[in-house]
Amino acid sequence: MSSTTAAHHDEHHDHPTGIMRWLTTTNHKDIGTMYLTFSLIMFLVGGAMILAVRAELFQPGLQLMQPEFYNQLIGVHALVMIFAALMPAATGFANWMLPLQIGAPDMALPRLNNWGFWLLPPAAILLTLPFTLALFGIGDGAIATGWTFYAPLSIQGGMGVDFAIFSVHLLGVSSVLGSINVIVTILNMRAPGMTLMKMPMFAWSWLVTAFLLIATIPVLAGAVTMLLTDRHFGTHFFDAAGGGDPILFQHLFWFFGHPEVYIVLLPIWGFMPQILQTFSRKPMYGYKAQVVSLWAIGALALVVWAHHFFTVGMPVPALLYFMYSTMAISLPLAVLFFCWIATIWKGSLSFETPMLFATGWIVLFGIGGLTGLVLADVAADAQYHHSYFVVAHFHYTLFAGGMMGVMSGVYYWLPKMTGHMFNERLGKLHFWLTAISFNLTFIPQFFLGLAGMPRRIPDYALQFAEFNAISTVAAFVLGLSQLIFVYNIISCVRGGKKATDRVWEGAEGLEWTLQSPPPYHSFTEQPIVK
Amino acid sequence: MVMQFLKKAGLGVMVAMISLAAHAEYTWNFPMPATPMAADTLHVHNKFMVIVMIIFLIVLGIMIYSIVNHRKSKGHEAATFSGPSTKSQVVWTLVPFAILLYIDFVLMGIPAYHSIVMMEDTKTNADMVIKVTGSQWRWQYEYLDGEAQGIKFVSNLTTPKDQIDNQADKGKDYLLEVDNHLVLPVGKKVRVLLTATDVIHNWWVPAFGSARDAIPGFLRETWVRVDVPGTYRGQCKELCGKGHGFMPVVVDAVSAEEYTKWVADQKTKLAAASAGADKVWTKEELVEHGKDVYVKNCAVCHQANGQGLPPTFPALTGSKIANGPIFDAGGKLLKDGHLDRVFNGKGVMPSWKGVLNDTDIAAVITFERNALGNSVGDVLQPAQVKALR
Repeated sequence: MSSTTAAHHDEHHDHPTGIMRWLTTTNHKDIGTMYLTFSLIMFLVGGAMILAVRAELFQPGLQLMQPEFYNQLIGVHALVMIFAALMPAATGFANWMLPLQIGAPDMALPRLNNWGFWLLPPAAILLTLPFTLALFGIGDGAIATGWTFYAPLSIQGGMGVDFAIFSVHLLGVSSVLGSINVIVTILNMRAPGMTLMKMPMFAWSWLVTAFLLIATIPVLAGAVTMLLTDRHFGTHFFDAAGGGDPILFQHLFWFFGHPEVYIVLLPIWGFMPQILQTFSRKPMYGYKAQVVSLWAIGALALVVWAHHFFTVGMPVPALLYFMYSTMAISLPLAVLFFCWIATIWKGSLSFETPMLFATGWIVLFGIGGLTGLVLADVAADAQYHHSYFVVAHFHYTLFAGGMMGVMSGVYYWLPKMTGHMFNERLGKLHFWLTAISFNLTFIPQFFLGLAGMPRRIPDYALQFAEFNAISTVAAFVLGLSQLIFVYNIISCVRGGKKATDRVWEGAEGLEWTLQSPPPYHSFTEQPIVK
Repeated sequence: MVMQFLKKAGLGVMVAMISLAAHAEYTWNFPMPATPMAADTLHVHNKFMVIVMIIFLIVLGIMIYSIVNHRKSKGHEAATFSGPSTKSQVVWTLVPFAILLYIDFVLMGIPAYHSIVMMEDTKTNADMVIKVTGSQWRWQYEYLDGEAQGIKFVSNLTTPKDQIDNQADKGKDYLLEVDNHLVLPVGKKVRVLLTATDVIHNWWVPAFGSARDAIPGFLRETWVRVDVPGTYRGQCKELCGKGHGFMPVVVDAVSAEEYTKWVADQKTKLAAASAGADKVWTKEELVEHGKDVYVKNCAVCHQANGQGLPPTFPALTGSKIANGPIFDAGGKLLKDGHLDRVFNGKGVMPSWKGVLNDTDIAAVITFERNALGNSVGDVLQPAQVKALR
């Protein structure tokens, strides 16, 4: 189809302009852009919260805040980063790229798509509103239980807990809607000739993610609703005095919480091999093995949840089962790592910003994965658990493995989305500052954990002072480096060198056959996949 | 403000670099193990760390080789393989998989199995039993059998508030010091039962290698056998509210003779305290003693000046309960009166009935009614408290 007819086709629509365009849009690219923008804003909000926490931890003693406020910051930081930064980023990529990659004009359920996004801003407001209300003397601030809502602490908490419960409900509804849309789109709207085993890896990984979301979000919704009725309607699900059990909450929460880790990471495992093959100029290694591994990880993710609370006291058989099943996850994950590295191996490599982030991501996420393997060991876990070792571990998986993966994806697709190239030198600077300051922030935390510093404490004993000081200084460098990222994105959206259709020399896939930026209705005529 | 922060940051990094070298012996790994469990944990941890570091270095080495040599800028032509194509290649790709299988379930899995069985065996050859109760934000210890049977006490943080607020120099054991240490005999296997009165806590001494949750309404257990005499310090490890960072665990491990002496001392103190409950105290004596009890136990929430932290922690100054009657018309405990609230708690307010003795409760109530800006003027005698238990 020629571009003149595509333009002509677009004119038939009465596009609203201004704010109404964004409120009413059903276009997958508009919605994708909104998801990604929302994610970026919340990433900065969550980052600002944790910088305040790191500033407090710079030295022993309480300098900047009281413990009550400190506890609110750490919990809301986690909820914001997981639910409002990482998950929307993945959904944003799905919206933008799935139709382009599978040769569809749009997502299958466009109105549902619009609704899915517009549930997010109210959820974010609900989550953070208690901070503002407390300034006016209403309530005692946001949820202060950590992001895990553990009963009975959450039953004792103030109205921040109720706000967080409703916020999680909205976020959950949004995720389930998004998942339904992804599944329907992938299964029904692929271009002719694109069989399941010819799908881009990103589509496979999102398919697994969507099933995991639909399987686990309702359990979380149930758990927090039980919490709500315990708080206000006299039930005793989590109160021993009424025949309940506080540990039941942990089981329910982590039945969702563990798969959640993979929900955040799987979409990245999908597009990462695509980035690696692009900059290696060599086909992806072990496509079938990767697909099988993604599904294996998805399945295992649902049956290992109790390794998040080995120290509550469980029978020996339960400890053994959850330990060995957790270790088993390392097998499919190792297959993925093998395939990623084999993709690079003997390629013709070049290191543009997305590839820098992708290689850094393999190494740092590898540290997250290997420390996770050690954490699976029940005996050593008694020491690691709830110490700074765990904090360092999950930031290697969720910041390096999650956020840096997202950054790689942003740099990879930004020229396609905007039609402009970003500033390569700033991109590289952003990578090196991020990678170095990230390690300087979190390597000291491994040692803090080993030396015996518990997490979630606002003040600490003197022997932890040096490592905390280093970690805080590096965290500020890490935080401020992200402003380069923001600047680079904004200037790329506003202008810059014109991007070609293919953008990257080695790029393969349907999204690179369209012009940059792609037309409003992506593929108005189905491409044929051979 | 910013400049000050940068200055502090720069100084902090410098201090850190210098003292890292000085502290090298303990900041890089678990503390020196004091129990068999901790020794086992350290051993397991070291072994696994070596294994994962070898895996990491091998993989990193392969990647670096590829990054350096397979570059487009060096004119490297891309290969075209996308999977194992011959039988021997398939076998080769399975080798790392097999190695990992071996590492997971043999090299790591078998020692882990033995460690778990050892950790969870709290009963075999146990010499004594203690009960540890976590409350917001203090630990309570009770000896359930043997020569120390019946001894119980509360262990509160003693770090002064002005050290925490940076108005005084911080002491050596900042945040890791308590008034009453748990005392255990060296070389005896102690079965530790854990529970909590309000939310979940976790009793953790890093040198012991055992960490176990204390869960309200349930009993959990672990064990320790301290082989090296000394003072060991740890902290609560499960977020339990605003005082989570301020409820340390301090354990003294002593020889059998010292332990017997300590037990005798404690028994004498207990006897004196129960004798104190029978004598008639003056108002001044009670207020004076009550102030100590208040500072240790109540000031965390209700604050030293009695103003509290509303709305969660109400003020005692001018409070209806602290200025209202204690007894009902028949001389019995008044529901929702001052003593009832201290005895039984309500909501966030814990129950003190099992924690404080008669004298402490009488004294603290008398103090609250006649100080902190209140002046009810009455006196509650320990004997009255005893009678209403």
